[in-house]
Order: sequence, then structure tokens, then C-alpha cells
Amino acid sequence: MIFSTNPWVWVAAILTLCIFSFLYKENPFYRFAEHLFVGISAGYGVAVYWNNAIVPNLFVPLFQQHNWWFIIPGLLGMMFFFRFNQKTGWLILIPMAVLLGTGSGMSLAPTIQTNILKQMQSALADATNLKLGGWGLIWGIVTLFGVITTLSYFFFSREQKGLLRVSANIGVWFIMIGFGASFGNTVMGRISLLIGRVQFLLTDWIHIIK
Amino acid sequence: MRQKIPGLLLVLFWASLSLALPARQEPVTAEPAAAVAPAPEVKAGDTPNDGGKAITVTWQASPDEARGLVDGYEVLRSETAEGEFSKVGYVPYGFTSFDDQEVPQNARDYFYQVKTVGRGAAAFTLSAVSNPAQAREQWFNTARVNALISCILFTLIVVIFITRAKRGQSLFIRRIAGLAAVEEAVGRATEMGRPILYVPGLSSITDVATIAALNILGQVAKKAAEYDTPLLVPNRDPVVFTVAQEIVKSAYAEVGRPDAYNHDSVFYLTDSQMGFASGVDGIMAREKPATNFFLGMFWAESLILAETGAATGAIQIAGTDAISQLPFFITACDYTLIGEELYAASAYLSKEPMLLGTMKGQDWSKALIVFLLLAGLATALIAPGTRDFILKILKVG
Repeated sequence: MIFSTNPWVWVAAILTLCIFSFLYKENPFYRFAEHLFVGISAGYGVAVYWNNAIVPNLFVPLFQQHNWWFIIPGLLGMMFFFRFNQKTGWLILIPMAVLLGTGSGMSLAPTIQTNILKQMQSALADATNLKLGGWGLIWGIVTLFGVITTLSYFFFSREQKGLLRVSANIGVWFIMIGFGASFGNTVMGRISLLIGRVQFLLTDWIHIIK
Repeated sequence: MRQKIPGLLLVLFWASLSLALPARQEPVTAEPAAAVAPAPEVKAGDTPNDGGKAITVTWQASPDEARGLVDGYEVLRSETAEGEFSKVGYVPYGFTSFDDQEVPQNARDYFYQVKTVGRGAAAFTLSAVSNPAQAREQWFNTARVNALISCILFTLIVVIFITRAKRGQSLFIRRIAGLAAVEEAVGRATEMGRPILYVPGLSSITDVATIAALNILGQVAKKAAEYDTPLLVPNRDPVVFTVAQEIVKSAYAEVGRPDAYNHDSVFYLTDSQMGFASGVDGIMAREKPATNFFLGMFWAESLILAETGAATGAIQIAGTDAISQLPFFITACDYTLIGEELYAASAYLSKEPMLLGTMKGQDWSKALIVFLLLAGLATALIAPGTRDFILKILKVG
């Protein structure tokens, strides 16, 4: 077994083991790694915001390109600092309202396009494609049936009784089948992440794998 | 057999002769490789429904493409018909159009040529110069008319129900199983003398799930204030943190306990996704909250949080509209609000006319979608000729 001579690999390996130690129980090693991670990432986050958001989106257009319109978002952003003063704290409601309003407004059309129209089109495409014939058409209709019964589960304006109850119960089955498939798929992804970390320890640190 | 022996000897003789003598070198001729036929009918025009930054170039496939001699097409642009053309893109064979997305200036003429690139030794050829074309911005995207109509329709339905709710009309929303557990969960924390942990997701304030989570936070904070139960609200987003702090503070004031509000109960951890997850895990392991709420938008950290919470023995209520994370919450939590149940929960708990009206509007919009799907299915099956028209109406531009 030949250990790495790179000190940074040692730091990464020891911190990885510290984090993994949580699998046994909460302990001072985990606590140290956790606090280090949270602290460094918070500090790093400030630098990222400054360099990737504030400088290119505010300072460059304002002070280099002299695009004075950018004073408005700059002032709106500065208004967040009013919360440090009790008397003027209410002023942060203004940038928040702008943020929420523009965010909701800008996401409305894309949401309708992707979550409603595109889904409706996909659901109808196979269910109405007579060329598919036989099982292809049956599966298309089953999928459409699944969409309708699932939607009925999320209908909150009526008590789930009678036909709505039957439909909602079938919808739950479709939801659970979908979740089961998603669960398996994601677990596989997580295992590959674990493999990646173990591979780092065995390859870069103790050089068992070459 | 005897008849075949002389023939065999003759073959062996010629074979040995050809091995003994050096092979005759064929003279290398510097014949030019055959040029492929150029792409005909090169046309350029403004790309429709865009912000005025693109020109679409179309052409007919080179006649040599069918013979397998063409590798692809290079698209060249120039400011003048006679000027120097420079490459702006490449498409492999089989494609006969290209969107030049980086037109330097709109409302100005540009000319295009298509260079047919031959496969292997085949040389390239240039097409004729296209017509002049200008990139122009369009104020209205005609490919999104369906989205506009849908927006207007759904907004109208929501506005009608909000108006009715504001006028005091009673709007019924059925009880959701996970919500019944909220009071029980807060009560449990009070009895055990342990805090409540509330994570309002990891997304920004513009996320609908975050807004729903913050609405529920207000209700949970009121209950926590009434029972004098400590509340811990770690945050990942600085803006969400600010809003969460205001909400909790207001909740304590509303139930007449402003003095009980602890300014440090709502705090910012870090922007890093896994840093946040490890921080919350540490809090769960050390503080041992009796109740964990994971409501809002979550990503890969969902299972890490929910598993740690389950290991500490806390009662856990989760809710998200992240489809890929819901299976993990369902597996590791006691109650899970699935997708829209999260939005319904915030309306149900707060009873605010705005939220109730929106919820009702969404419900009837869903009923309308079901009706349209059934109508579309029936129409397309009875009259198959209408299928393409129905799918075209729903096509996303």
C-alpha cells in the first residue's frame, strides 16, 4: 500500500472519513468537518456571489458600460440592508415584492407550456395514434388514463367520495408506480456517487487501484 | 487429378516469380480529387419569433449527398455579396438549415454561402451567394399563442375564485392527511421539551414550493409560540432567510408572545447544498428535535436529511413538488405532502382568501384539462383526421 504524498489528497481523504464517521454516530470528528464545510462554503458563497453576480451584473454594466438603468436594480438590492434598522425595516418589502412579482410573472408562461401544454400533447399523442395499433395504442390509452386519474387525486374541492374516490385511488397507484421507478433510478445514481468517493480514497489516497 | 497437376505447377511458378521479383510500382498521379456538387437554392431569412439576433439559412441537399460523398455543410457569412465570407457554423449531412444565432447587428444586410464539405478525398465546393437577409426582433411570438390563451384562461379562473373568496364566500378544500399531523407533531415536541426543526427547502424565494413552505411556517410558528416550544429554522437562501425571520417574528406577535421570539431561532447556514445538508444533519444529531418539517424544494439532500431525522427518532412531515425527491420522503418520513398538496396545505392552514381562491382556481383548471383531454381523445378516435390539428394546437413553440 503506497500512500499519496500530496498533502491536499490527505486533507480531502481525512475530511471524507470524518464525514463518513457520521454513519456510526455524531462525533467530534464529524462536528469538525461539518463546521469546516459550512464555514468555508458560506465564505466561498460570498466570493461567488460577488464575482459571478454583483460584478458582471451590476458593476460592469454600471461603471464600465455606463448603463445607468442598472441603478434601479442596484438600489433595490441595497434596500435589503434596511432590515438592520428597525424603523426602516419595512422597506425590504419593496425589493421582495419586485422579486416575487417578476419571478412569478416570468415563470408563468414557461410553466404553462412545459407542465400543461407539453404534457397534454404527450398524453394525447400515443393515445390517439392509430398507426401504433395493438399494444402500442393500448399503452397510450393506459398512460392517458393514468394522467386523468392522477389529476383527480389532486382535486381538493370535493371530498373523495364515490367516483372521485375510485379515480383518486387508481391515481395513487399510478403515482406510486412512478415513484418506485424514480426511487430505483435515483438510488443507482447515489450508489455511483458513493463509488466515486470510495474510488478517490482507494486510487488517489492509498493507491490500491491504479 | 493428373490433369490438374500441370495447372497447379503453373500457378506455383507464377507465385514464386512474383515473390522473387520486386513489385512494379504504379506511378503516383497527382489527379485532383473529384469535387462534390454544391448545395443549391441557398436562401437566408430572419428567424421568426425571436429577439432579433438570428438569421435562418436554408438550402437543398447536394446531389452528391445521396451517393454518400458529403460529410456536411459549412455556413459562411459576409457583410457584402462580394466580400470575405467567414465560417459561422457547421451542420452534418442530412441537415439543410442552420440558425445563425450570433448575427452581429440586427436590421442590417448579411449574405451567406454554404460550403459543401466532401467526405474523404472529395474536395469542397461553394454554393452561390444567398439573398441579403436581416435579423429583426418580433414583439409577439406567434408560436406561443396557445400559451397566451391558456395563461389568460387560467388567470381568469383564478381571479374569479379569489374575488369570490374575498367577498366572504365559503370555499371548501378537503382535509389532507399530512396536515392533521401538524398539530400533533407540535404537541409532541412540547410534551417532550424538545425543539421543532423547520427547513423551508433549499430553493429561492421565487420558487412556488418555497412560498408555500413559508406560508405553512407562519402557522407552525404560531403553534410553537402558543405552546412555548423552541423553533429552529435553518436557511440556505439569504432572501428566504430574511422572509422566514419576518414570518416567524410576526407569528409570535400575532399570538401575543412577541417576547418569546428568539432572534437566533431563524438562521442562515450556507449556500452550499451539501454543506447545508451536513449542517442540518449536525443540528438534528445534537439538538434532537422532536419534530422535523421538510417543506419546500429539495434536491439530492432530501434522503440525507430525512434518514438522519428518522435515525434521531423525530416525527417527520415532508412536502415538496420535486418529483424525483418525493419517493425518498415517502420512504423516510411519517407524512408526506405530495406535489400540489403542499400548496393546498398552505391554503388550508392559512385560510387566506388569496390562497383559497388560487387553490380553487387551480382545481377547476385541472377539471378543465381533464375535460379537454377526454374531448381530444374522443375527437381524434372518432375522426382520425383531426388528430394532427389537435396536437398542433398543443404544440409548444
